Amino acid sequence: MLKGKISARRRAYILTMRVLMWASATLTAGLVLFLFVYILANGLPHVTWELLSTKPSYLEDRIGILPDILNTVYIVLATLVFVLPIGVGAAIYLTEYAKNKRVVGVIEYAAETLSGIPSIIYGLVGMLLFSNNFGTSLLAGALTLVIMNLPTVMRTAQESLKTVPQSYREGAFGLGAGKWRTVRTVVLPGCVDGIITGCILSVGRIIGESAALLFTAGFAHALNGVFEGLTSSGATLTVALYVYAKEEGEFGVAFAIAAILLILTLLINLSATLTGRYFAKRRNI
Amino acid sequence: MKKRLLENIVHGVFLILGLITVGCVLLITVYLVVSGIPAIREIGLTDFLFGREWEPTGDDPKYGILPFILTSVYGTAGAMVIGVPVGFFTAVFLSKAAGGKLRTAVGSAVDLLAGIPSVIYGLVGMLVLVPAIREIFDVPDGASLLAAIIVLAVMILPNIIKVSITALDAVPKEYEDASLALGATPTETFFRVSVPAAKSGIAAAVALGVGRAIGEAMAVIMVAGNVANMPSLFESVRFLTTAVASEMAYSSPGSLHREALFSIALVLFLFIMLINAALNFFLKRRKGE
Amino acid sequence: MKKIVSLATAAAFVCLALAGCSAEKGGSVATDGSTSMSTVIGALGEAFEADTGITVTYNPTGSGTGIQAVLEKRCDIGLSSRALKDEEKEAGLEETVLAYDGIAVIVNTENPVSDLDMETIAKIYKGEITNWKDVGGADAEIVLIGRESGSGTRDGFESITGTEGECKYRQELTATGDVIATVASNPNAIGYASLASVEDTVKALSVDGVKPGEATVKDGTYAIQRPFVLVTRKGEALSESAQKFFDYATSEEAVSIISGAGVVAAQ
Repeated sequence: MLKGKISARRRAYILTMRVLMWASATLTAGLVLFLFVYILANGLPHVTWELLSTKPSYLEDRIGILPDILNTVYIVLATLVFVLPIGVGAAIYLTEYAKNKRVVGVIEYAAETLSGIPSIIYGLVGMLLFSNNFGTSLLAGALTLVIMNLPTVMRTAQESLKTVPQSYREGAFGLGAGKWRTVRTVVLPGCVDGIITGCILSVGRIIGESAALLFTAGFAHALNGVFEGLTSSGATLTVALYVYAKEEGEFGVAFAIAAILLILTLLINLSATLTGRYFAKRRNI
Repeated sequence: MKKRLLENIVHGVFLILGLITVGCVLLITVYLVVSGIPAIREIGLTDFLFGREWEPTGDDPKYGILPFILTSVYGTAGAMVIGVPVGFFTAVFLSKAAGGKLRTAVGSAVDLLAGIPSVIYGLVGMLVLVPAIREIFDVPDGASLLAAIIVLAVMILPNIIKVSITALDAVPKEYEDASLALGATPTETFFRVSVPAAKSGIAAAVALGVGRAIGEAMAVIMVAGNVANMPSLFESVRFLTTAVASEMAYSSPGSLHREALFSIALVLFLFIMLINAALNFFLKRRKGE
Repeated sequence: MKKIVSLATAAAFVCLALAGCSAEKGGSVATDGSTSMSTVIGALGEAFEADTGITVTYNPTGSGTGIQAVLEKRCDIGLSSRALKDEEKEAGLEETVLAYDGIAVIVNTENPVSDLDMETIAKIYKGEITNWKDVGGADAEIVLIGRESGSGTRDGFESITGTEGECKYRQELTATGDVIATVASNPNAIGYASLASVEDTVKALSVDGVKPGEATVKDGTYAIQRPFVLVTRKGEALSESAQKFFDYATSEEAVSIISGAGVVAAQ
């Protein structure tokens, strides 16, 4: 009924904006669809049991990515072992202990800064700081990733700590619990969801990282146990993808790894959504 | 008394954990400055920043990084020109116009785009985009600034979309209701009321995109051809990030060549700090709104 | 939670402890250097490991870094695809030639050109000849593909063709395989890469009428060639396992493996 009153100019404006919105959204969605189909179509045929279960051999002229899969697992575990206590601890300090607004501001600003630094710079600093001390190794790579992921873990933990109702803390204090006891028994269990979300996000970032690892963890494809693996140079899946595509021209293997990474990304996104939903539901009860 | 002591220790431990973040920032800054300054001193600041030639291994080595700086600036600007409008309109669509199911579907597609490792963008760019540019524009080689710009534009899309959506979602419903009640159509309301109300958040999204684009190394190194030319759309170029990434492994430690690479990293770091400051400014303003 | 924290700390300490003592651990040899040598060292390392159980790690970083890594004791044996410079020898390094490798000048398989003389190659790389039709090919601009500065292959190619610092590269790539893949995908490209790595995805040109191959590299008629060198610290004993590997790599036994990898053993 209003339509009759709308001038031609307004109508043209509305039409343009609507077309632009639809076109952009279609472009974005189309792009994702194309990437998804293109990578899976080119990659999945190359994913074979032999590829997944062997290490590369020059004598037999074969490429296997088992070492890269294991390296990825090792580096994820090693990074989480360090980043979780530090990140969650920092979040607890900020929400539970810090009284000085200035200190809080400085720490939060530092976290913002860290999350804005590009990974190639982490790679350089990691090389200077860690690789020169521990050698080019997965451990040096993991320590570099710890710094990179610190802001993510800190922020998610902090956000979920804020959702723990103040009355819980007051209740615990009222019952005579000290601060540390309150934190341990009341606050921490309340931020499990934040910790889990932080973990999932970090795992995603670690799996996808390459620039920060090239100079710190190197790109060897040796098959190692966990401790030996951490102390020796090794490529994660993403680094291996880069090496096979860019340095060796083995596009079949590169696409196979790309397809695996894409599926992992999908799973990580899915589990982040599901955890979020699960905890939101539990909280509402 | 014992309890008091424990409390103090625990407090101290948490304080230290909190300060680790600050320590990391300081450490990174100090390391970059300390390792970046000597080469700049030796080469001379103007020769370094404004030199047009980069020939670190020649008989008469030249360390001018103007081509890298300009390439990074042009490349980022180009990625913004393509990525910001697409991201912006997609964000408005998803936040305001799209219905529940469509929003969830496209939203998770955007999440996937955000999670894809950068080397995968590089791989697809290398095998699809580079040959396509060679054939469409009839140039001898497709590995060029244009290829890098397109890859970067795709990579910053999810950042721009997600941050803009957060800002647009936060616009109070009353504003929109008022506008609708005054006779504006929904589309007019989105663009004339909601968008201006969310402008700081959208500016923050753009700043975030700039930061990501200027700092990306791996995807760019795979499509840009990597020669230290002055930037030109169809020429092979080298960014600040790729200059560091491509030669770091091959320069000998301790040489002026490697130190100059650290100086490039320092320049990149300064760029990032500027962008971070801008980002923080917009975020603060948004909180103020 | 306390348990988790203490477990995590314990795990962290174990990691660190292991990191600290791994340097003394026998049973592995660290090599670092030239990307062109990946096939040779990979094959040698694998055969050696199968025989002795000692693992050989290889970090494909480039000749310059490999040489530096030996000097700074970050690896046991450095790998260089060029002879050591005098100042590197003065710094206390020693070279042992493992093999000789040709640097193949490669073009796309669609390219009709199959023979160029050294002078023409130099002119092409200096940008004096820019179109394929001037050398008997199609009417198309020549796309020059090269390696990054610091690469042993680039050093070798530029010094033999006399084009040091004058090459007008269109792309500077960081690895042997990358050059081959790029040339394979662009019909107008020309590049250079270790002969050992060149397969039938690209066409290796004859230089001055001599086809690159094991025989022509061996008798020296194929001019663009360089040595593969094992770099060690002078007057300093290698670790037991590194010495074993060194002896193995330079033994008669290794010759067949080295030539299997496409290069000419020095023995």
